[in-house]
Parts: sequence; C-alpha cells; structure tokens
Amino acid sequence: MTTLTTEAPALSGVLGAPVAAESLLDGLPWGVALLDADRRVVCLNSRGEALLGIDVATACGLPCHQVIRSERCFRACPLAPPGGADAEDAPVDVRCPVSQETDIIDRQRRKVAVRACVVSLRDLNGKAIGYMEVLEELQHGAIPDQEATELAVLEGFVSHSPVMQPLLSAMRIIAETDSNVLITGETGTGKDLLAEGIHKASARSGGPFVKVNCGALPEHLLESELFGHMRGAFTGAVSDKPGRFRLASGGTLFLTEVGDLPLPLQVKLLTVLDDQCIYPLGATRPVSVDVRIVAATHRDLEAMVRAGLFREDLLFRLNVVRLHVPPLREREGDTRLLLDHFMRRMAAATKRNVKGFTPDALRLLCEYPWPGNVRELRNVVEYAVHFATGELADVSSLPASIVAHRQPPASFPDSLGRPTDGALQPGHQEQAPGPEKSGAAERTGKEEPLFLSWQDKERHMILKALEQTGGRRQLAADRLGWSRSTLWRKLNIHGLV
Amino acid sequence: MRKILIALHGDEVSPRFDLTREAWIGSIHEGQIVRRRNVVLPQASAESLCHLAVTEDVDTLVCGGMEDEFYQYLHWKRIDVIDNVIGPLEAVVQAYTDGTLTAGAVLPAQGGGPCPDGNTGTSA
Repeated sequence: MTTLTTEAPALSGVLGAPVAAESLLDGLPWGVALLDADRRVVCLNSRGEALLGIDVATACGLPCHQVIRSERCFRACPLAPPGGADAEDAPVDVRCPVSQETDIIDRQRRKVAVRACVVSLRDLNGKAIGYMEVLEELQHGAIPDQEATELAVLEGFVSHSPVMQPLLSAMRIIAETDSNVLITGETGTGKDLLAEGIHKASARSGGPFVKVNCGALPEHLLESELFGHMRGAFTGAVSDKPGRFRLASGGTLFLTEVGDLPLPLQVKLLTVLDDQCIYPLGATRPVSVDVRIVAATHRDLEAMVRAGLFREDLLFRLNVVRLHVPPLREREGDTRLLLDHFMRRMAAATKRNVKGFTPDALRLLCEYPWPGNVRELRNVVEYAVHFATGELADVSSLPASIVAHRQPPASFPDSLGRPTDGALQPGHQEQAPGPEKSGAAERTGKEEPLFLSWQDKERHMILKALEQTGGRRQLAADRLGWSRSTLWRKLNIHGLV
Repeated sequence: MRKILIALHGDEVSPRFDLTREAWIGSIHEGQIVRRRNVVLPQASAESLCHLAVTEDVDTLVCGGMEDEFYQYLHWKRIDVIDNVIGPLEAVVQAYTDGTLTAGAVLPAQGGGPCPDGNTGTSA
C-alpha cells in the first residue's frame, strides 16, 4: 500500500484502482490529520475540519501545533525530537499509538475535551515518513458506560405517571434507531431533555449533540449557523465556518423551535434531509453530512401547514417518529414527585436545611395548573428554598403568582409524610379563598402581604426574624440560614441599621 | 500611539492564549515601533495574561486560540482582540502596522512546505 501524491492524495494497492484518501478519511467518525516528517499538516478530513474549525486548504503546510492546538502540544508532544526543538534530524518514530486525553480550542473559541492519538506512518521499507493524529471528541470528559447512560436517560424524566410510561418506553426503542424524530409538547415539558436522552441512549452517543434554536437567530444568521460559510461568502466572513450540521457530524442535531424556522430555510433543510449533504454559503461543492435530526416544537405544525407557514413535505420528513410530551397537569401524581425531587436537589445545591413543604403550601402547589410545566415548578421550588425560614417551606415562601391561584383547601399529608397538623382541622377547611396567610399570620390573625419584589420580601423576612428573636442578630441570622455578616450586609442594604 | 500585546510561543504567535508564558509588548506610533519589550510570565495562565494586558493598558491583543470567556472579558475592557492568528512575530507586527492584520490571518513563515495539492497553506 503506497500513498500517491500526484494530483489528489490516494491509496493504491488495496483495491483495483487507487482509493481517494478523502473518501477514506471522511468516512471516519474522528478528526484525522496526516502530518509529514516535519510535523506539518498535509491532509485533514472533514470531521477534523469541523472539530478544529479550520479548512484543509488553510491547514495544509502549517505546523501541527498551530492547527490542532491541543494542550498536549505544549506539555508533552510525543513527536517532539528528543534533543529539543532545534533537533530536526529525523522524524520521531512512534511505534505504538500514543493516546492521551487533552483539550483543544477551536476557532469558535470553545475548549473541547478530546482524546488524541498519534502514530507513525511508514513506507514499504518500514521507515517513518510521517504521522497520523486522530482526535476523538469526548463527551463530558469521559465515555459513559452503558449503565451510566441508561441511568442518565432515566434520571432525566422523574415520573411515575401512567401517561408518561408509553413515552419512556418509546424513547428507548427510538434511541436504537436512526430515524428522524419530532418531539411536540408545551413549553417546559422537557422536550430538550427527551432529545438529549434519545441521543445518549443511541449508537451516536459517542458523537456530538448539537442544539440549534431556530427561533433565536435571524434568518440570514441562521443559514450560516446551520450550514456554515466559506471565507469571503459575504461581508464579514473573514474565515470559514463549518456550521452546526458539520459540527454534529457523527452525532445528533437537535433543532428546537423548528416551527419558527423561516420558509426559505425549510426548503434547504428539506434538501439536506433528502440528499444528506449541505451547501455552505459560498461553497461550490456539496459537503456530505451524517447526522440524525431530532426536531422539537411547541407549535401545532399541522395548523401551521394549513395556514401556509410550514411546508407539508418538511413535516412529513421530520414526522418519521413523533413523540408527544404530556403537560404536567395531565401527569397524575407527578407534581408531588417532582416537588420532592427538586426540593432535595435545590436544598442540597444551596446548602439550606429545607426538607419539604407545609401541608398548606403543598395543597396549593398540587392544585396549581402549572402552565409553565416542569420548568415553572422547578423555579417555584428554587424560590421556596431561598425564602423558607424553617425546615418546611410554607405558603409565605411561595411566589405571589402561585398564591393568587389559591383554591379552597383539601386534605393533604405534608411532604415529609408526617401526620397532618392544624392546617387540616375543620376550622381551617372552612377557610374561604382569599389572600394567603402564613403560619405566623394565622397565629396572629394578621394577613400576610403579597410581595412584588425580592427586596420587599427579603426586608419582611429580616424584620420577621428579628421580631421573633427579640432583636438578637445572631439568632435571627441562624433562623434565616445566613451568616451574621450576611445579615449585617443586608440590614445595611435595607436601611435597617 | 497604540500599544499592542502579542502572546508568544518561541518566535511565533502562541497557538493557545491560556498556555502562553511569554508576551511581546510594543508601542507603535505612525507605523514605527517606538518601544518594545518581552515579558515572561512565571506560569502559563490566561488570567495573568489578561491582567497584564489590562494593567499595561494595551489597545490590541494578538493571539492564537482563545476561549470565549477571555475574549469577552478583554472586549469588555475595550481591548481589541485579534485571535486565531498564525505566523512569526515580525510578520504579525508588520501586518499590524500596515493595518492588514485580521482575525484568522495566516502569515507566511520560513520553511512552509507546500501541500500535495499545491496549496502553500499561507494567505494574507
């Protein structure tokens, strides 16, 4: 097997005719750079271009450390001559592949963890004449094992609701296929989580998961962002850009808010799905891409098709497998489960000793319709953890928007599973809907005011804590879960000193 | 007069800002270098280099690869960052004084071998 360098790099002696090196290298799921004996780049495959953000024409002839720019180039280059940088006598012979985890900084200014492997290339006489460097992108610093992957997928969705079980079952089945997936559901239901779960459980989990928000960028930027551009394609295009499709090569491209994709780009996306190749802006040749498309939207795409806002043929292309994530109000029993789940997580993250909700607060939260779904619920729990003054977060710790939805009370056990307290006594069950009362307010018979800003709420908490501790600041700070210096700082902020 | 800081690795622009241990600082007035000096850092650190650029009150910083976090910080500090530059120090300084230095520039270096497809791998 020899390398021909007459017109285009090729390999001969393997098949009946020379094989174009480009077709061989571009088929690999890793970035591959071929270096000459002087450690200058002579060839870079398309995955390498996407990973490093540099095109082959620019990279060719440059020293490898200027192209790859890995941390290993500076610390322990396996190709460095033993005598130092000036010793350029003969190429270093790397007989065994040297593999190390390191990082690179690509042209989009992102630090990417990679596993870099380098090996010598030899001629027919066994003489080292160059090198091959292989770059494999690492996900989260390590390749997850099967068990960890499954756990991560399961961890994403916290649910015991029967309406979620078909979705979770379908998710595992779909992950094993390579079909395009369309995820629908209201905002905050976890469409992104589902898309990432499908990717992690799929055979493409070793590849990148690239997310594009189709609704976040203007049309002309979105085209460049998706398909990339060549240098000089338009004013300001000072260098080549690979585009998200090429960055996702070998992995999954997640198009979120696909219903917001402008019509002209819908045609282009349709072409990509049909031909599996893209045309970067200003490019004269198509670039083949191997990506799985997962799209998501909260819009009714069928209605958009009828209104002429979404192409029917694109809908058919994307709608190979459709997964619908039910809203939280339809997931029976999940509200309570998610409240406990996020309470544990938030309390641990913020190091607050909050263990649950009072029965009154829990009743309010379970009756709330959650139009923002799980995202809204998580934010409410975070708010409650911050403002809870004891082990249990009471109604006064909840945002005003939740309290405003208060319904007539019903029986609920508290979130610690303890016997119900006075809040469930008959006298309290007769309580009419109206402005919320905290535990302290109920004891004193005073109404708890609604707070429209954090500042007001914080000031009220401080005053309440000081009142309860007879003005002793250390005790008040303990009660609030703050240090004495934090309380002192906040007293100054609120002009209470 | 404009002040420029170039992250160095040997005699060329350092490929990695965060792994740079040496910087070239020059003052340029009417196309001429009126003052120049090299600063060697005790250890490679992007934070130290940012601090140096801010305290030296440089107008422009030239480097190879830089993380977005530091790029945005320097931009916030009103320092023009020209990153992803490849080339020897002298050529970079010349391009800067000529007003032709741009982000992503690959400047000619001695001994740059041609590619098999005839591309020299160099461009202005």
